[in-house]
Amino acid sequence: MNVVAHPAGMTRGFPIGEPVLELDGISLRFGGVHALTNISFNVLAHEIRAIIGPNGAGKSSMLNVIGGLYTPQEGTIRFHGEKLSAMTPGKAAHLGIGRTFQNIALFKRMTVLENIMAGRTLYTRANFLEVALQLPRARAEEIESRERAEEIIEFLEIQHIRKMQVSRLPYGLQKRVELGRALAAQPKILLLDEPMAGMNVEEKQDMCRFILDVNDHYGTTMVLIEHDMGVVMDISDRVVVLDYGKKIGDGTPEEVRSNQNVIDAYLGVAH
Amino acid sequence: MGYEILFFIEVLVGGLLSGVMYSLVALGFVLIYKASGVFNFAQGAMVFFAVLSLVGFMELGLPFWAALPVTVVLMVGVGMATERFVLRPLVNQNEDTLLMATIGLAFVLEGLAQLAWGVEVRRLDLGIPDVPIMWLADLTGIFVSTLDITIGVVASVMVAVLALVFSRTKVGLGLRAVADSHAAALSIGIPLKHIWVMVWAAAGIVALTAGMLWGARSGVQFALVGIALKALPVLIIGGFTSVPGVIVAGLIVGAFEKLAEVYIGPYFGGGIEGWAPYMLAVVFLMFRSEGLFGERIIRRV
Amino acid sequence: MLYRQAGTFKTSYAQDQRLLPLRQDRTMMVALLLLAFAVIPFSASAYWLSAILIPWLALSVVAMGQNILMGYAGQLSLGSAGFMAAGAFACYNLMLRVDGLPFVVAVLLSGLIAAAIGIVFGLPSLRVRGLYLAVATLASQFFIVWVIDKFGWFKNYDTSGIITTQDIVMFGHIFASPAETYLVVLTFVVALTWLAMNMAKGSVGRNWQAVRDMDVAAEVMGLSLLRTKLQAFAISSFYCGVGGALFAFTYLKSVEPAAFDINLSFRILFMVIIGGLGTILGSFLGAGFILLFPVFLNILFHAIFGKAVDATITSALEQVIFGVLIILFMIYEPLGMAKLWQNFLDRMRRWPFRR
Repeated sequence: MNVVAHPAGMTRGFPIGEPVLELDGISLRFGGVHALTNISFNVLAHEIRAIIGPNGAGKSSMLNVIGGLYTPQEGTIRFHGEKLSAMTPGKAAHLGIGRTFQNIALFKRMTVLENIMAGRTLYTRANFLEVALQLPRARAEEIESRERAEEIIEFLEIQHIRKMQVSRLPYGLQKRVELGRALAAQPKILLLDEPMAGMNVEEKQDMCRFILDVNDHYGTTMVLIEHDMGVVMDISDRVVVLDYGKKIGDGTPEEVRSNQNVIDAYLGVAH
Repeated sequence: MGYEILFFIEVLVGGLLSGVMYSLVALGFVLIYKASGVFNFAQGAMVFFAVLSLVGFMELGLPFWAALPVTVVLMVGVGMATERFVLRPLVNQNEDTLLMATIGLAFVLEGLAQLAWGVEVRRLDLGIPDVPIMWLADLTGIFVSTLDITIGVVASVMVAVLALVFSRTKVGLGLRAVADSHAAALSIGIPLKHIWVMVWAAAGIVALTAGMLWGARSGVQFALVGIALKALPVLIIGGFTSVPGVIVAGLIVGAFEKLAEVYIGPYFGGGIEGWAPYMLAVVFLMFRSEGLFGERIIRRV
Repeated sequence: MLYRQAGTFKTSYAQDQRLLPLRQDRTMMVALLLLAFAVIPFSASAYWLSAILIPWLALSVVAMGQNILMGYAGQLSLGSAGFMAAGAFACYNLMLRVDGLPFVVAVLLSGLIAAAIGIVFGLPSLRVRGLYLAVATLASQFFIVWVIDKFGWFKNYDTSGIITTQDIVMFGHIFASPAETYLVVLTFVVALTWLAMNMAKGSVGRNWQAVRDMDVAAEVMGLSLLRTKLQAFAISSFYCGVGGALFAFTYLKSVEPAAFDINLSFRILFMVIIGGLGTILGSFLGAGFILLFPVFLNILFHAIFGKAVDATITSALEQVIFGVLIILFMIYEPLGMAKLWQNFLDRMRRWPFRR
């Protein structure tokens, strides 16, 4: 990969700060299946945190727990130091946690523009009556949504397809639109579930660039699940390694790369 | 036994018997759904079409034992035509599109039946007496006819046979694979077309049986289609994919409907049985949406 | 096709976000409205007004309601006729019991009553979807009609079986002639269509479609599924209720529960499926088609056989043809006539190029 996160001498847009997300002792079970066992790690503000691990290690489950789609049987989540009682997707959205999905979850019958504008739902206060009667607040919000969406479209370089129905787009572009929709909500933390799955080298470079730019420009904290080691090593600040639902590594890419447990897990050494 | 208890049992038995018939109609739905993942809204229309054709053939002069196989062949034909012209073009479409297509199919069958055979109500005489069995009545005070018992037995046997086929035979396994995923079943070499034809033929036969039983009891008329709508609450309560569920649910719905009508109905001037099963289904939906025996579907994100 | 769409540049988002961004579209719309308001009342025959246009307009409102629920929000519903009944009888009772209530107010209140009922019967949508939900809506259909039928109060204890609706009185004038009734309905329809188009194009429509297409992602985005779905049920029932009131007062000129049975619900379902799910245009196209087709069949038979054909035969034939059409549409163009029209426009835009 040719993408280098922060060449020597350049400062980040937003320096890495205090822990914004703290997970403590998270255990998740589905009947007899132990998806996650006693996972603890934190995510610092403005950092890019990668979650890696062999298939079935529980990475998506971890993301779903943070995003409120699954409720862990044990453990706590702290957001900006405050303990959260129960997380639901709606609460996560209001807290400023956005996400993309592994198998694209775009609104298939809407256009790119509509999908991204839909992502602005947290910022539209006008009720249905105001929209129906085209009262000033509804009109103003609609224009604002459009402007914000166009900024994102320009940023992601998808102007040429803005009015196309998303189901017609190739896979790589769909993933980009999904990123755009997540960005529309102006999230403080962005959870990316394998944002580069199924992409070729060029598409991956583009996506890496976008991820870095978002982090640099908006300061969005990123938590991403990724399989491509080159990408992980290049762009992430810190890495968590999961295997069979347990944490086996936590640190900078270099530290994790030389961690014997991690190497064993990937090589499939019996343990 | 006291009069009230006798009366209650009689109403209950009547409800259970009609419940068994609902089960039979619902069974056709379950068959097709289990085997092809398609919800065949046209099942009720098939019941109507089947029995109306049977009666029609008999009116044309065929004796019952000749008309029956002819109708069976006709229903198999309907199944094959449905597979060829409705299902095959819609392979892998989303379930809402398929559902609407079967709604269209329902209307086609209803219309065709009426065009072919006319709209008068007809009698279907199966040669089984519908008068209460006197020695049973004398003994227990309950009025049940030979026809009632025949209906109960036939329906139960049919249901048992189908349940066995599904769970024990290779054909049944193939059917379940198809229901799970058309594309995957195709990829491992399951002959989709043959399976579907078999299933729709079976559903057609079930429909014919149900139609015959209903028709013998209440005459062959357009209202039969309304019965199919009643099968929907049965499916919800029992679960769309469970054969035993359909039996139990049918009994529950039949009993509930009759009891509600007889005991609560008079306060409102009657007509409760028109909507009571649906309300019951809604209550079930809110608390156990997959039905008594249905499978919980977990959607992976 | 009559005009070139390419080459019109908008210079602000506000321009691009309008209901009809192209000036030619707006001109056409103005012309259409002029035709509808100023020309037709004076030139169309009484038959056309009373038997074709008025029911078409009233049913289009109901179809829009059904489309909002099914097409935009993706909630399968078989209960539209029940809400029509609620609206019709609410209107009748309001006009009966509230002295001097203006017709417009009565209709709008009826819509609100239908909306409230719609919210209650929409609750199952929070637990289930697809066919399960359809069965729950059947509950509303049968229950509502039963309630209206059984409790004589709704029919003012009328035993004759035919309850005539009151006259439409506004500003002291009785709107009784076909042309006047037509204008009343038309005004309602234009207003309701404008509201619906605004909602569909704006954030409300996007939220509905989000819930329809991928409700998990919608939740994650911050949408409340509860509020969005119930809102769809409420607005949809409002439209069905208003449409039902209009249908009863301007077309049937009577209210009886039997007129709002399950068959009517199926007809409305067909209007929306054939017309085009998820489009406002589709509601009008579908309503027109379902309404006009029997008339067309009759004329055809008259021409072929020289006399009127038995009603049962025509209605059975109608059923078969509708059924076949639905199957064909599902196979070839699931998005209905509105999409066919859209495809046609797309081809014309590119003409003489193919793609």
